[in-house]
Amino acid sequence: MTDARATGSLTQHARLFEAGAHVVAAAFVGGAPMLALADGAVLIGEPEDQKRVDVHPGAAILTAISDGKMLLTGGDDGRVVAIQADGAPQEIADEKGRWIDALAMRGKAYAWSAGKQVRARDETGTVKTWSAPSTARGLAFQPKGYRLAATHYNGATLWFPKVEGGPQTLEWKGAHLDAAFSPDGRFLVTSMQENALHGWRLADSRNMRMTGYPAKTRSLSWSHDGQWLATSGADAAVVWPFKDKDGPMGKAPRECGVREARVTRVAFHPKALVVATGYADGVILLCRLADAAEIPVRDPGGGPVSALSWDATGARLLFGLETGAAGVLNLPA
Amino acid sequence: MTTSHEPEKIPVTVLTGYLGAGKTTLLNRILSEPHGKRYAVVVNEFGEIGIDNELIVGADEEVFEMNNGCICCTVRGDLIRIIEGLMKRKGRFDAIIVETTGLADPAPVAQTFFVDEDVREAARLDAVVTVADAKWLAQRLRDAPEAKNQIAFADVIIINKTDLVSAAELREVEARIRAINPYAALHRAKKCDVPIADVLERRAFDLDRILDIEPDFLVAGDHDHDHDHDHEHDDGHHHHGLKHYHDEDMQSVAIRLEGDVDPAKFMPWINRVTQEQGLNILRCKGIVAMKGDPKRFVFQGVHMMLDGDSQREWKPDEKRESKVVFIGRDLAEEDIRNGFLACAA
Repeated sequence: MTDARATGSLTQHARLFEAGAHVVAAAFVGGAPMLALADGAVLIGEPEDQKRVDVHPGAAILTAISDGKMLLTGGDDGRVVAIQADGAPQEIADEKGRWIDALAMRGKAYAWSAGKQVRARDETGTVKTWSAPSTARGLAFQPKGYRLAATHYNGATLWFPKVEGGPQTLEWKGAHLDAAFSPDGRFLVTSMQENALHGWRLADSRNMRMTGYPAKTRSLSWSHDGQWLATSGADAAVVWPFKDKDGPMGKAPRECGVREARVTRVAFHPKALVVATGYADGVILLCRLADAAEIPVRDPGGGPVSALSWDATGARLLFGLETGAAGVLNLPA
Repeated sequence: MTTSHEPEKIPVTVLTGYLGAGKTTLLNRILSEPHGKRYAVVVNEFGEIGIDNELIVGADEEVFEMNNGCICCTVRGDLIRIIEGLMKRKGRFDAIIVETTGLADPAPVAQTFFVDEDVREAARLDAVVTVADAKWLAQRLRDAPEAKNQIAFADVIIINKTDLVSAAELREVEARIRAINPYAALHRAKKCDVPIADVLERRAFDLDRILDIEPDFLVAGDHDHDHDHDHEHDDGHHHHGLKHYHDEDMQSVAIRLEGDVDPAKFMPWINRVTQEQGLNILRCKGIVAMKGDPKRFVFQGVHMMLDGDSQREWKPDEKRESKVVFIGRDLAEEDIRNGFLACAA
């Protein structure tokens, strides 16, 4: 960490704008910047040519995800809505006012949870329901096969929505929050109420504990090669090695972007081992894993960074803050 | 202990009370009065609220044990999730009201505000308000431990349905309550007809009002007889028309110390007491004059959880003294008393 040195700055290349509400999620959909906002709207387009689509009128967007082709939003109005690049919203589900707590998507398959109820909708539109033992806080589709992981109190459950019965529960004491599969599908990682991550190697259900965080981890991001997992919750981006067959077991994580502020969001670059790191004081840095070199993207101020997203090529970074401040960075060619 | 209490935190009122005591009546009353405030309300059953309110959230009362080695450390997982969600709507409501089920133990709700850092940053527990049924409370205190916990935890107690009991029965139930919790503000009501100001925005955890009132004064309540009180009352013993009870298993210990307290003695002591006796201590509170500190140190706790902060400065005409209160089961009263007095600077 000692040799980390700022190598120039990109702050001049970031175009800043006001999103108007707490930014819940950021994504490039069909190449266009999209911000999901807590006032129920989605802000679409370049800073000088934006349109607001009122996706959840009178309600709040609680969670949103994207695969680059579509943005999926879940609101406290109980609705799940898919937004295409052109801004056209399509309602996927209506849970009658029950909060949508978590979302997952893969291709044209979607999953969402409201309290204990977990639903999965396949490409044909068939919806299946599984009832979790307690509120399902996190959902993730396995990279291959139509299989969903749902986190809950005392573990996570793997469920094949098309197969009757037999969900497999991976047990670990405590409340599990967000879920993420490694890109090769070998590991499932969850964040926990107790400022720790938990992982299971799926081949043998072996447990992995990743501890030492001063705060909850609520942002997880895999590197493009699937060998690293960047995480929030400390005063640096904590990056765990998943290259070996044992994953991070018995290994120490790398830290990059060490500052006296809590990391709130992380996003790995889609082509390089560089982590965009957002902090509670509004700072955003690009951190190179190899030598921990740092490049500033956003100066301090304006509250915690709540959304970060690269475009598919890694040329642009979209970001948003809890206070509604936002911006888009175009990396100089 | 860490510091907290910033003004912009959202105040949270927790409504408890045994089944049928009148929690929903109180909630409907709060929501229907023209107070100009906007409340986000967390309820357990939809449909019982008769008032249109923009922000009503259904909860599941999911009680989670924390994996932190503290056996009594439980939190409401659903509440953590709901407060996280509500914070995205910041600015659209002024306060949060959490209604618990009649059989709920208030500890996990209260501990949520100590244990979860995100909740602590966003919200502060304003008061635990317990609705008690004037006719049935005495019986519930005998057969339902939940009812006793709800009384012990309360900052504010509303004795409801007073029109259904005689004056003597009412005095009896008040004495029963006082035996468990001498420090809560007591209000009598029919159909929960109490001024909203007595229930909400109490800043009960700021303690000023509560600890400024003498326990002995409080035993007499806010009604009309005076008495002199010999501190040796037996169960049901009568003096001057007011019954005094000692609850069989729930006590309170209140200690006052004139002058300053040595922080180097007090901090280890309060941490040790709450660690060693935390299972039995339901609530503790205190205002402490720390030697050399111009500000009042204020703390509160639930079981083993403690939260403390330096507050306003002592006023020039204010006597520097320290007061602490513990409410719990089978408390080692002499130990606690001697331990605190030994913290004198």
